[in-house]
Amino acid sequence: MSAKPATGSAIRTLVGMAAANALGITLDPIDETTMVVNMGPQHPSTHGVLRLVMELDGETIVRCTPHIGYVHTGIEKTGEYQTYMKAVTITDRMDYLSAHINNLAYTLAVEKLLGIEIPPRAQALRVMLSEIQRIASHLVWLATHALDIGAMTAYFYAFRDREKLLDLTEMMSGVRLMPSWIVPGGLRGDAPEGWFERCAAVVDELPMRFGEYETLLDQNPIWRERTQGVGCITVDECLNLGVSGPTLRASGLAYDVRKVAPYCGFERYDFHVPVGTFGDVYDRYRVRLAEMRQSREILKQAIETMPDGPVRVGDRKVAPPPRAELDTSMEALIHHFKLWTEGIRPPAGEAYVPVESPKGEIGFYLVSDGSNKPWRMHERPPSFMNLQALPRLCQGRLIADVVAIIGSIDIVLGEIDR
Amino acid sequence: MCDAARPGSLTDAERLQSLLPQAVISIDVSAGDVRVMVRRECIVDVVRLLHDDPELQYTFFCECLGVDYLDVHTGASIQGKGHRYEVVYNLCSLVDPATGALRNRRLFLKVPVPATDPEVPSVTSVFGGAGFPEREVYDLMGIRFSGHPDLRRILMSDDWSGHPLRKDYPLGGERVQFPGGTTGPSVGESVVQHAGESFTGRTASALGDVE
Repeated sequence: MSAKPATGSAIRTLVGMAAANALGITLDPIDETTMVVNMGPQHPSTHGVLRLVMELDGETIVRCTPHIGYVHTGIEKTGEYQTYMKAVTITDRMDYLSAHINNLAYTLAVEKLLGIEIPPRAQALRVMLSEIQRIASHLVWLATHALDIGAMTAYFYAFRDREKLLDLTEMMSGVRLMPSWIVPGGLRGDAPEGWFERCAAVVDELPMRFGEYETLLDQNPIWRERTQGVGCITVDECLNLGVSGPTLRASGLAYDVRKVAPYCGFERYDFHVPVGTFGDVYDRYRVRLAEMRQSREILKQAIETMPDGPVRVGDRKVAPPPRAELDTSMEALIHHFKLWTEGIRPPAGEAYVPVESPKGEIGFYLVSDGSNKPWRMHERPPSFMNLQALPRLCQGRLIADVVAIIGSIDIVLGEIDR
Repeated sequence: MCDAARPGSLTDAERLQSLLPQAVISIDVSAGDVRVMVRRECIVDVVRLLHDDPELQYTFFCECLGVDYLDVHTGASIQGKGHRYEVVYNLCSLVDPATGALRNRRLFLKVPVPATDPEVPSVTSVFGGAGFPEREVYDLMGIRFSGHPDLRRILMSDDWSGHPLRKDYPLGGERVQFPGGTTGPSVGESVVQHAGESFTGRTASALGDVE
C-alpha cells in the first residue's frame, strides 16, 4: 500500500466531490493533513475483488468509498437468453457460497409465476439443503473473518467442518458448490441411500464443533477487543440503507424471512431468530454463531419428520415423466420432447419471492412475457445492499478496524457484481 | 405464502391513494402482491409518505430495479404498454406501528418511464439505500435519476458506452471495450491467431491457408 499526502486535487481525483456528498461528508475545506489510501481490489481481506478508497486522518478513517464491478459478468443479461430451466445454473454463480439458496429463491419465483405447489418431501428436502448451505456459508464467514483479524486456528477447524456439509451436497447432487439441485417443480432427484444417516451423523457432531469455535474466539481477549464496540449501526440506519440478514438482526430487529413470510414450510419447524443488542462486529458474530445452532435444530427436526413421496410435481408441463414411462406412453414421450426442446412456459406476469439467505434477504424479480425465457431476471442481492453500510460503519474508525468490519458484514463479490 | 386472504399492503396502497390521489395511476393485486403504478413526477412524494406516515411506516428499502419492455422486432413495447421502461421500487414495512410486532407488508411501486426521456427523480433524499441500486439502474438500463448525489456507473467501467440490460443491446457480437478506447475481440471472433486455439475452430482459415 502506498500513501502520499493528498493535495486537494488528489482527493478530488480519487474520491470525487460527488462521492463525498453521497456519503454525507463535507469535503471543504480540504484538510492538508489527510492522506488517501487505496485498498484492493486485490487484498486478502476484501473477500474477493472489492476496492476501497479511504481518506485518512492519521489512522482514523474520514471517508471510505467502495468501488465494485470487477467481477461483473452480466448474469442478469445472460438470464434473459436462457430457458427457465437452464437459468437455474447461472444463479449458483452469484453468491457461490450459498448456491442452494440462490436456486431456491429463483425457483420459488418461477413457481409463483406458474402457480404450482410442490410435494411435501421436496419442500422438506429444500429446507434441509438450505440449512446445510446456511451453516456451510456461515462457516466460511467465520473462518475468513477470524483469519482477517488474526485468529488463524479457527480457519482450519471451520473449513474441516464445512467440508462435511459440502460432502452431503456432493452425495446428493454430484457437486460441492454449484449443485443446481433445486429446480422449478421440485428437486432434480431424491436423496441417495444413506444420505439421511450421514446427515444425522453430521448434525450430531455440530454442537460440539460450535462449542469449539466459541472457545477459540470468545475466550480470546484480543478477539473481543477487536470486535466489541467496533462498527456499530442502528436498526433505523440498516432499514434505510436496505441492510438485511444477520447484520440487521445484530442491531436488534428480528426480521428473518423464514419467520415473517415463511416459504417451503418453515413455519412447521421450531426455531427462534437470534438478535443482538449493540449492532457491532461482535454482535454480528454472536448472531451468526447462534443462527448456525438454530439451523442445526431445523435440520434435526427435518430428518425426524421427513415425509415420503415424490420430489417433483406431477405436472408434465413442468417436470419430465419418469424414464420408464417413455417406453410405453406416447404422451410421456411428447411431454419429454417438449420439455427438452422448449422448456416451461409460465404465463405473463411478475413475481418476487423473498428468501432468507446467509447474507440477508434474497429474491428474484422475474418478469415473464409468456415465452420460455424470462423477459427480465433481476436478483435482489443482499451483499450489494449490505455493502452500502460499509462507508457508514468505517467512518471515524481506525484503519485496522476496516478488515474486521468488512468481515462482519459477510459480503460475496460474486453476488455484488453479478 | 399469501393466498386468497386480502393482503395487508392493499389497505396501505388504498391509504396512499386517498392521501395522494393525483400520484397513483392504478393499483394491481396479483398472487398476493400489490403493485402500485405511480406517476413519475410524484415518486419522491409517494416514497416519503410511505416512509413517514405513522400508519404506513414503509421504512425498509428493499431494492429498486429497471425493466425494459422494448420488443426489438417491432420497435414497440410488449404487452401493449405505452412506455418503454419501468422502474420498480420494492418497499417493506417490517414493524406494526400500533403493536410494535413484526410484520411483512410489501409494496411494489412501478414508475412508467418513456424512451424519449429516461429520467426519474431520485429517492435518495428519503432512502440512503437507493444510492447503489439507482446507480445500477442508470449503469445497466440507462435511466437517469435526477437529484442523485453521485450518479456514476457502478458495475461497468466508467468509460463504457451503452447500457447492457437494454433490450436493443446485443448479448454477443460486440467488441469488448477496454479503458483508453481500445477494444478486444467479440464473442465468435478468433482470439488467438495460431493453430489449435482458434475460438471458432476454423484453425485452417485462421492461418489463411486451407479453407
